Amino acid sequence: MAEHFWLVPLIPGASALLLVLFGTKLSRRWIAWQASSAVFLSFLLSLAAFVHLARLPDASPGLSKTLLPWISSGSFSSPIAFVFDHLTAVMALVVTGVGLLIHVYSTAYMAEDRSYARYFAHLNLFTFFMLVLVMASDLVLMFVGWEGVGLCSYLLIGFWFERPAAAKAGLKAFVVNRVGDAAFIIGILFLLAQGGGSSFAAINEGAATGLLPSGIVTLVAILLFIGATGKSAQIPLYVWLPDAMEGPTPVSALIHAATMVTAGVYMVCRLSGLYAASVPASTVVAWIGAATALFAATMALVQNDIKKVLAYSTVSQIGYMFIGCGVGAYAAGMFHLVTHAFFKSLLFLAAGSVIHALAGEQDMRRMGGLKKHLPVTFPVFLVGALAISGIPFLSGFFSKDAILTGAFAGGQYALWAAGLLGAVLTAFYMFRLVYLTFYGEERMTREAGHHIHESPRAMTIPLVFLAAFSILAGYVGLPVLFGGKADLFGRFMEGSVKTVTHHLAVSTEGLLVVLATAASLLGLALAYVFYRRTPALPGRLASLFPGIYRLLVGSYYIDEVYEAVVVRPLVRGSEKVYVRFDLRIIDGTLDGSAAAAGLAGKGLNILQSGLVRDYALAFLLGAIIFLGFLLL
Amino acid sequence: MIPASAFFALAVVLFVLGVVAFFVKKDLLTQFMAVEVMLNAGNLAFLALAKALGKAEGQVIVLFVITVAAAEAVIGLAIIVLVFRQRKTIQTDDLKDLRG
Repeated sequence: MAEHFWLVPLIPGASALLLVLFGTKLSRRWIAWQASSAVFLSFLLSLAAFVHLARLPDASPGLSKTLLPWISSGSFSSPIAFVFDHLTAVMALVVTGVGLLIHVYSTAYMAEDRSYARYFAHLNLFTFFMLVLVMASDLVLMFVGWEGVGLCSYLLIGFWFERPAAAKAGLKAFVVNRVGDAAFIIGILFLLAQGGGSSFAAINEGAATGLLPSGIVTLVAILLFIGATGKSAQIPLYVWLPDAMEGPTPVSALIHAATMVTAGVYMVCRLSGLYAASVPASTVVAWIGAATALFAATMALVQNDIKKVLAYSTVSQIGYMFIGCGVGAYAAGMFHLVTHAFFKSLLFLAAGSVIHALAGEQDMRRMGGLKKHLPVTFPVFLVGALAISGIPFLSGFFSKDAILTGAFAGGQYALWAAGLLGAVLTAFYMFRLVYLTFYGEERMTREAGHHIHESPRAMTIPLVFLAAFSILAGYVGLPVLFGGKADLFGRFMEGSVKTVTHHLAVSTEGLLVVLATAASLLGLALAYVFYRRTPALPGRLASLFPGIYRLLVGSYYIDEVYEAVVVRPLVRGSEKVYVRFDLRIIDGTLDGSAAAAGLAGKGLNILQSGLVRDYALAFLLGAIIFLGFLLL
Repeated sequence: MIPASAFFALAVVLFVLGVVAFFVKKDLLTQFMAVEVMLNAGNLAFLALAKALGKAEGQVIVLFVITVAAAEAVIGLAIIVLVFRQRKTIQTDDLKDLRG
């Protein structure tokens, strides 16, 4: 079965096509089954290919298949070809596995929506493009998937396009991504201009052997990373992700937490040879990651919208992944990507369950005391919160520790300290969310209070699965502390990504683990003090530092700054160009030529007298001139 | 024996008379007759040249032209009659609806 791995993206693609064409004629039951089983089939195929790959000896090249020749121009050619190596295997399993659970969850969450077919068509289409992105064997085909997921993200953020906020958020996501993608294209073009081809193998090897000049390597790596800051919501292009929460919650879980936003991390890992060959580019990646991790975490501290907290948390966690990639611990970055996919989609779906229970309420100030009302959602949410906070023996603990250890071992103590501080903030804002939502007195509106109910089984079962993964996924990548062979994940990844092994003394590593744990517990304890023991404290602190508080609540006014510095000058400038160039020059030229034609017509009109004799005279003169020519 | 050039000269005279008549007269019927005169001047020129060159083709073409002219005359006259019925006039100066 493994040799049919190339069908993995095509099955959801075919399903999406069917739903787009015939969706309105199909019953809801059929749509739900078709969309979910397409992803399930892809999952099974990926699993088969993964098992096949795992049985091969370490560092085998993996499966590959060329489907069609695509672009062929001079010395450059780019086929439609898929690969299934270790890196792809991990991503494909996450995309199809988490994707399947979210499809199932959506069947219940979206049950009341009138555009059921459109929703599942777009969700399937997204799965298709995401799988193209992770299975592409060269940069050009990857870019097709990259743009495709961007399109689906736009379509699904603006799914409820009747709401102006949703339509606007979709547009914002698309336009901001455009900025990053422009840099991405320029990066690809610089690379192609070198003539080394666009396949990942060629690029990585060219960078490692020095075939590509080191200046070009750094330039291309940074340009591609700018593309990644757009897609993966990093500084300076993260602004679209918080707004993207206007989309349906399962979409936030699938696209804006687990899969699409991590595409940038995947891209950097896929081109690990390129990034490893450039110290400046790696430094940029790591520091942008660290800055984003801290910056976004501080904004998450004061959000009142349950989904916004999770959105800023996603931005922050992806920052962690980039720290891992930037310090050369690519496997650790991927590891955090996987665990994050589980616990963050769990948190989003559980938040969706809370919102569902409260009939659409998203403001945590009108929640509270939900612990006893939601007997399934509460424990799974708690698991997710513990996992993301890095509490020992859950998945997030291991993956975050792998990144921090990687940073420390690489001698990047400042990055390590930033990560540690981020861990405190993460635990704090997550447990602030837990306490505000599930503990304390009930603050919901009366009708929402009457409405409270636990979600249906189609929603809670995926939650339980994800909770199980959030606990267990960490055990595939145990730190060296547990013995050199314990890091199964890291060894598996060696087949595809560059690995830099640093050797730390076991005692040092033990100390790092203890410090990371202490940071998480500190954040948790602070949240307990602030929101459980003395709930008046946050208010007092806010009135003590009103400037800082307002800055945080306003998300540092970055949106306003962008509005003033980029958007408004652009709109004003466009208006000027419209008036001066469009109206005057282009419209002027066209109107002028129309007027000239009219004038010429009026002049020639005199000849059309309507009198037979005039025409006959012209005829006669013509004949005489003709004869004259003949005779002379 | 009358020389062929005399016939040809007659044809030219007839043709010029037709052209002049066409431009001088202002009613459709007379102009139509002027066109017929020009047509037959053409016929005569054919015959004159056929005689001068001693060939039969010129005479054959004339027979064809006469046949076609008969049909053409019918249609032309019919149009004139219809125009008169519609407009109560066949003065060409009054019929200038195609003026631009």
